[in-house]
Amino acid sequence: MPLLEVRDLTVSFHTSDGLVQAVRGVSFDVEKGHTLGVVGESGSGKTVCTQTLLGLTPGADVSGQALFDGRDLLRMSPAELQRVRGARIAAIFQDPLSSLHPLYTVGWQIVEMIRAHRHIARSAARARAIELLDMVGIPQAASRVDDYPHQFSGGMRQRAMIAMALALDPDLIIADEPTTALDATVQAQVIELMTKLQTEFDTALIIITHDMGVIAETADEVMVMYAGKAVEKADRRTLFYFPHHPYTKGLLESIPGSTAAGERLRPIPGQPPSLISIPTGCAFHPRCQYVMDRCISEVPPLFDIAGGHTSACFLPTQILGLGEDVDRERASAAAAGRAENGAAARLAARATEEIETAGVHLPDAGVLAGAGMSDRSRGPRTSQNSPDDAGTQP
Amino acid sequence: MTALPHGTSPAAAAAAAAADEDDALLTLDDVVKHFPIRRGIVIKSEVGQVRAVDGVSLTVRRGETLGLVGETGCGKSTLARCMTRLYPLTSGRITFDGHDISRLSPRAMRPYRRQMQMIFQDPYGSLNPHRRIGSIIGDPFAIHGVADGPERKRKVQELMELVGLNPEHFNRFPSDFSGGQRQRIGVARALALRPKLIVCDEPVSALDVSIQAQIINLLQTLQSELGLTYVFIAHDLSVVEHVSDRVAVMYLGKVVEIAERAALYSTPRHPYTAALLSAASVADPDRAAVRQRIVLHGDVPSPIDPPSGCRFHPRCPKAQEICGRVQPDLVPVLADPPKHVTACHFPMADGEKLGPAPAEPADAHPPGIGMR
Ligand SMILES: Nc1ncnc2c1ncn2[C@@H]1O[C@H](COP(=O)(O)OP(=O)(O)OP(=O)(O)O)[C@@H](O)[C@H]1O
Ligand SMILES: Nc1ncnc2c1ncn2[C@@H]1O[C@H](COP(=O)(O)OP(=O)(O)OP(=O)(O)O)[C@@H](O)[C@H]1O
Ligand code: SF4
Ligand code: SF4
Ligand SMILES: [Mg+2]
Ligand SMILES: [Mg+2]
Repeated sequence: MPLLEVRDLTVSFHTSDGLVQAVRGVSFDVEKGHTLGVVGESGSGKTVCTQTLLGLTPGADVSGQALFDGRDLLRMSPAELQRVRGARIAAIFQDPLSSLHPLYTVGWQIVEMIRAHRHIARSAARARAIELLDMVGIPQAASRVDDYPHQFSGGMRQRAMIAMALALDPDLIIADEPTTALDATVQAQVIELMTKLQTEFDTALIIITHDMGVIAETADEVMVMYAGKAVEKADRRTLFYFPHHPYTKGLLESIPGSTAAGERLRPIPGQPPSLISIPTGCAFHPRCQYVMDRCISEVPPLFDIAGGHTSACFLPTQILGLGEDVDRERASAAAAGRAENGAAARLAARATEEIETAGVHLPDAGVLAGAGMSDRSRGPRTSQNSPDDAGTQP
Repeated sequence: MTALPHGTSPAAAAAAAAADEDDALLTLDDVVKHFPIRRGIVIKSEVGQVRAVDGVSLTVRRGETLGLVGETGCGKSTLARCMTRLYPLTSGRITFDGHDISRLSPRAMRPYRRQMQMIFQDPYGSLNPHRRIGSIIGDPFAIHGVADGPERKRKVQELMELVGLNPEHFNRFPSDFSGGQRQRIGVARALALRPKLIVCDEPVSALDVSIQAQIINLLQTLQSELGLTYVFIAHDLSVVEHVSDRVAVMYLGKVVEIAERAALYSTPRHPYTAALLSAASVADPDRAAVRQRIVLHGDVPSPIDPPSGCRFHPRCPKAQEICGRVQPDLVPVLADPPKHVTACHFPMADGEKLGPAPAEPADAHPPGIGMR
């Protein structure tokens, strides 16, 4: 049984502008000792989704189920949830300065955290705090324990947050953009530390990030979110080398790579949708270069593509590359890409694109029956298109 | 060589040589910014100074993009605010377009302020939620009394069009826009007065990679159309590699290396640069699994009490006795051309691999937490 089993989580906010549908029926599992990476558009509901699990979205309409060790987090009383939070599920937020109280020493905050959940003496809790700071690599922990947060560097604060998250040996850590504010060397330290501690303590981890590099280095499984839905789920390698959903591919192609220095990047054209008036059918359709008639009227469910790989897109899986031939072709393209310049994802995606273009013009492509290409796929995408997007259109 | 004002320091001369052209738009000469630390309830430290920027000399050429990278807290944002004179300097000289602006009063700064703008990291925090975006973008016109009434509106709508916003959304509020669109608003506002220089402080860090790519493309289009000069600060080394012509690397208040992009990424000379580049995350699982990373031990030392000599010496795998005593100059090393300068006594040879970090000094990691 997975440690965390989220089913059909839906979260919306009433605002003066209307109902904001921040999370629209998201389901996922996190296994003990595994890392789930969550990526997606800014504003696609990643933070709201995880904060709701911790009871941190007051005023929101929430439905669905979130079984943690068999018990539904969404139906716990505030007191019960309080006990779970911290003790069994810990959270690390993006900005460590705002999550540490500026007026108390780092040590005091860890001690209080421990004592709120465990009946142990202050001196024992303090010893534990020092041990934890030492474990996360704070130099001279025994004296730094009495420092105030502002006396720590950004990287040290982030490690102090990790120490705090680990204080009660949680089963699950939720890290929301844990490294965004950090430079590459400190980011590397933090990632290394988290994965090391994870293997040592078999902790499960949910990492939310915009940095595909962090995902490539940490995630076992990856969930891609768009407009409040999970649009694709796969293990890490499948997601990078054999993405199915056009949004996922667009994300991977947007990453600046060393070979592309100086060239233009290839962003997804258009803007993310408003969560108050979400496009009909597939929410991605106004920006999708493969859009078909049915995408505009029907909501694509998460289709099973191959063991554990799901994608919410009507495009056929065969043509898209999980047919044997194509699979082989792309695997070798990916391998070649790795050998040369590592732009495997880009190459693989490009290979797919060629195959798709060929595929959609096959009159007898049975899989496309009823999915006539809409003329939208040729015309301008959206009125919000910007001049610099124009160059990226095929 | 750039014609330099009298009394220029050797460091600035070297920096100008590094620019290798007569075309300096902005020249910093030994710029220093210290923040005083006051006694207080929260801050219990004795009175001292945060030496956030501690003697930086560099040149930004007309029309180029200079990338600026470095460890968290090394002073990049502070330097950016010094360049645009949002902060008064503690000491040093800044020459913009041939004029010494280091000590100009806010009033005397005005004509220059129009020509140098900043774009900030946070597209959410930097826009007042209660004001319509038309008036936010029009602010610079109002402040500088440039255009009024219908003319201002027309100019604002032109700007909106230029950055890819729908001009009809003139009357909307920031909350109606996505993160990427808000960053476009920031860009539009920065462009309003047709500046020559735009300093971008982590302009895309909070955005997802696709929106990030849109903004980067937009900045590049505007650069070629309007002949803009950029200073571009970011933590994401692949973004910096993509946008920059030259890259400057900072460590603890100082620039430790400046070179053209390709040279810096292929043959970093300063051990800190090498460590930083090796630590960059790779968005490719198989490559990420095999790459070799030099992970530095210990934290950035405090800018209140920086190490003697080379500031990197407590963490440097190549440090020797002299490093703790003598501060290295920022000069061409080995056989580098004048435009590639490095501040290191023992720079990295071509293809040299940096060894493991030094045997644990007192202030580094405890054993057992050493990172790979
Ligand atoms: N308390 C709230 N009231 C109204 N709307 C909210 C509230 N909290 C979040 N939202 C909206 O819900 C949507 C999802 O937000 P969320 O913070 O989860 O996005 P995200 O995927 O984490 O984005 P980012 O990558 O930019 O952090 C956004 O449109 C946001 O404006
Ligand atoms: N107004 C201020 N008063 C006192 N100290 C400051 C002030 N602004 C910055 N500092 C300190 O100066 C140093 C440099 O800060 P700065 O924000 O310039 O770093 P940075 O390189 O931009 O870091 P990051 O990559 O985390 O944004 C830090 O030690 C910081 O704490
Ligand atoms: S092809 Fe259709 S279903 Fe698939 S992402 Fe595009 S619009 Fe959505
Ligand atoms: S001067 Fe010495 S300590 Fe500084 S970077 Fe060079 S080798 Fe390392
Ligand atoms: Mg978020
Ligand atoms: Mg900064």
